[in-house]
Amino acid sequence: MIKSENISKRFGSITALEDINLNIGQAELYGLIGPDGAGKTTFFRLITTLLIPDTGKITVMGFDTVKDYVSLRSRIGYMPGRLSLYRDLTVEENLKFYATVFGTRIEENYHLIKDIYSHLEPFKKRPADKLSGGMKQKLALCCALIHAPDLIVLDEPTTGVDAVSRAEFWEILKTLQSEGITFLVSTPYMDEAVLCDKVALLQKGHILNIDKPAGIIKGFGKKIYAARSQDKFRLIQDLRSHPSVESVNPFGDSVHISFVGNSYDSTLVGKLEKAGHRNPSVEQIKPGIEDVFLELMSPEENEQ
Amino acid sequence: MKRFLGFVKKEFIHIFRDVRTLVILFGIPAAQILIFGYAVRTDIKNAGIAILDSSKDEISTALVSKLESSDFFILKENLQSWYQIDSSFKAGDIKAVLVFEDNFGEKLIGEGLAGIEIIADGSEPNVANLVTSYTRAIINDYMLEVNKPSPPAGIMIEPEVKMYYNPNLESRYMFVPGVITIILVLICALMTSVAIAREKEFGTMEVLLASPLKPLHIILGKVTPYFILSFIDLIVILFLSWLVFDIPVRGSLVLLLLESMLYIMLGLSLGIMISTLSKTMQQAMFISLLGLMLPTIILSGFIFPVEYMPWIYRVLSSIIPPRWFIIIVKDVMIKGTDFAFVWKETLILLFMTLVFITISSMTFKRRLE
Amino acid sequence: MSNEKVIEVRNLVKKFGSFIANDRLSFDVYRGEIFGFLGANGAGKTTALRILSGLSKPSSGDVSVAGYDIYRHAEKVKKHIGYMCQKFSLYEDLTVTENIMLYGGIYGLSKKLIETKTTGLLESLNFSAYRKRIIGELPLGMRQKLAFSVAILHDPDIVFLDEPTGGVDPITRRQFWEMIYKASSDGITVFVTTHYMDEAEYCDRVSIMSEGRIVAIDSPAGLKEKYSSASVQDVFVKIARPNNN
Repeated sequence: MIKSENISKRFGSITALEDINLNIGQAELYGLIGPDGAGKTTFFRLITTLLIPDTGKITVMGFDTVKDYVSLRSRIGYMPGRLSLYRDLTVEENLKFYATVFGTRIEENYHLIKDIYSHLEPFKKRPADKLSGGMKQKLALCCALIHAPDLIVLDEPTTGVDAVSRAEFWEILKTLQSEGITFLVSTPYMDEAVLCDKVALLQKGHILNIDKPAGIIKGFGKKIYAARSQDKFRLIQDLRSHPSVESVNPFGDSVHISFVGNSYDSTLVGKLEKAGHRNPSVEQIKPGIEDVFLELMSPEENEQ
Repeated sequence: MKRFLGFVKKEFIHIFRDVRTLVILFGIPAAQILIFGYAVRTDIKNAGIAILDSSKDEISTALVSKLESSDFFILKENLQSWYQIDSSFKAGDIKAVLVFEDNFGEKLIGEGLAGIEIIADGSEPNVANLVTSYTRAIINDYMLEVNKPSPPAGIMIEPEVKMYYNPNLESRYMFVPGVITIILVLICALMTSVAIAREKEFGTMEVLLASPLKPLHIILGKVTPYFILSFIDLIVILFLSWLVFDIPVRGSLVLLLLESMLYIMLGLSLGIMISTLSKTMQQAMFISLLGLMLPTIILSGFIFPVEYMPWIYRVLSSIIPPRWFIIIVKDVMIKGTDFAFVWKETLILLFMTLVFITISSMTFKRRLE
Repeated sequence: MSNEKVIEVRNLVKKFGSFIANDRLSFDVYRGEIFGFLGANGAGKTTALRILSGLSKPSSGDVSVAGYDIYRHAEKVKKHIGYMCQKFSLYEDLTVTENIMLYGGIYGLSKKLIETKTTGLLESLNFSAYRKRIIGELPLGMRQKLAFSVAILHDPDIVFLDEPTGGVDPITRRQFWEMIYKASSDGITVFVTTHYMDEAEYCDRVSIMSEGRIVAIDSPAGLKEKYSSASVQDVFVKIARPNNN
């Protein structure tokens, strides 16, 4: 469906993307995971024919994004963040506009958006501006879907939206995937990565890893342990100063650590107790995507 | 107190780091001074006049050469008959026509009184006033000279002043064409540029570009409502001028509307061009207002006549579209001319429109960079 | 975590016309704790936050912040709190030092004190090399960390953080939270809202708002036990309904 070969893109002195090679299959739910400034938006703009790469070639559905951009533009649904809606137009008007621009009518592909639209329908006469964040996402998705594209590109569709709406949104994506639509989604939320069929980890314009989520975790060599104690802050500081502990990353109610040489230090718990921690514990856990990402991120990010 | 000062200091930093505020704070006052110092003239120089001298006697010729030799006037035409007066005004170069009645000299010496008519171009009331007063002054001067040797020759030259096109010298004759010019360019250029820039600023342009909509469609779509609305606006203004202010359209209404449509298209293409240069609505507005509104008001000849400005202003003025359109409007509305007299200005407007459209189509981006 | 209350709210109500944004909220926040204020979009979090930071007045109810009644002593409240919101924190066209000086001045710190604090602040963040850089040129993560430091520059009793880590990379987020931990251990109470559910776990106590009301308030562990969930995220999904408006 999408083939990106040796793609690079520079803006002045800033390299946004360097040597990006990846393949996206049909009806895949493909995630581009990475923090702010990683290059996700730039990559999406290259795919949706809005930018021309400095090097390399991208083929989408057999079309070249540079030469055949006219043919591509009617086949892709694009949702650039939440800024793609007309604020002063109502829900209904926005939908109708996008349908018309793509040469179709709402009725034609209504089955695709039916479930999502059921949430929006009570507000169909409301200006898009007055919707909540979660609702705007849904409307933008409907507008991208309304012309039944084969490929939908969503740029950070869940950023800034609460956890419940986020979960709902991804459920919707999965349902639509069964209709045969290919989804290319970017997100900074690592927990959403596991919901994708395949993910590409992106940081500062470089791909760190590409694989199925399970594969990424499997390929991760380090053993990760969750350390716990009542006093979180002191725990972090004590772990950092401990020579046998390599990486220390707070993770909610525990601190994920790895050991130097990947060998578990059994004296750690005892030492923590002696240092005054109440009920310290260290137990091995299965690493998650975020653990992998933190490990793969370039050292200069780690200022400590 | 310290908090207050800290805050004041911050405001100063903002001001000096933003080009726009600097332009407003320093650029505009400087421009104003330069413009009002030089552009605005309350005197005249080298105003073109025409003479209709049916008498051609000693006195009339002496008066004419006195007028001619002054710095204020240039004799452009010697007319032969009344019928020529209208067309010489229409041609535009003449600010006033001086008419000596038959046997002027004879009557003057014989009866001590003879008639001169000063017919001034009333479509520019400011200029007309100046021209008439200067002419009068020169005539008075002549009278004093002539009356000096005693006994006083006792001649009286009473010029009769007529304001052509604008008998009561109403300033609204000046204002209405100017207002039309400004409103049309305002609606078209300013609003169009803001409308397009708005899409850019809100990010919806991105989705439009990625859709099957051709850039040409996007532009035409943006521009069409303003085209229609400006046209309606124009009709309303003309109607109101006629109804409330009693200003007729003396020339061909069709010609006026056609020229206006050309001007509207020019404004629209200018607006598109400005939008390609702006990333945000605020920028578009800034450029439109600063680059259009102010120069239009001051340099287009709307209020202050262009002919008497220093050459640099005249050059600047010639690249401002409103300057040419105002001539067309005045000519057609107030002077009642037909196309033969405004073809030059029309051609200039046409040329400008083509230039703007070309530049816009080259700079309007099919993509995001 | 002490027993001294720095924020006391009783029956806080805020209405906009007939719409009730905050419906009789009652809760306390104790000195030195990290208090997480969670809720779906539109639940009323931002409204409550603005009231607590003195930016708007309640329709009714008793609110006391840092020991001051916000109706009568809003100005005193402002002097004792710090505030950092996501949309704007530091002036983008000013340098790092200029921003610190500005805010230091606004909070009435002496020039000498500001200088000392500036040096200390920059050193601890490893930003000394960036003193004279314009904020707009710095990456998001750096800006947020700086903004937080500036918000607590005057050692306020409480600092209010409105989604401070939105869009920031995972490593910087963690560094940010370590800064929060340090502030808390220095005695500053931290009142923070966030969409990252794992960050909720960093807090001492968490409250969850839904449709204008507080539907749960407890420590993360307490919430997980009560709702038989493995994470605060699960609790959230169970009890917070997004405001589908």
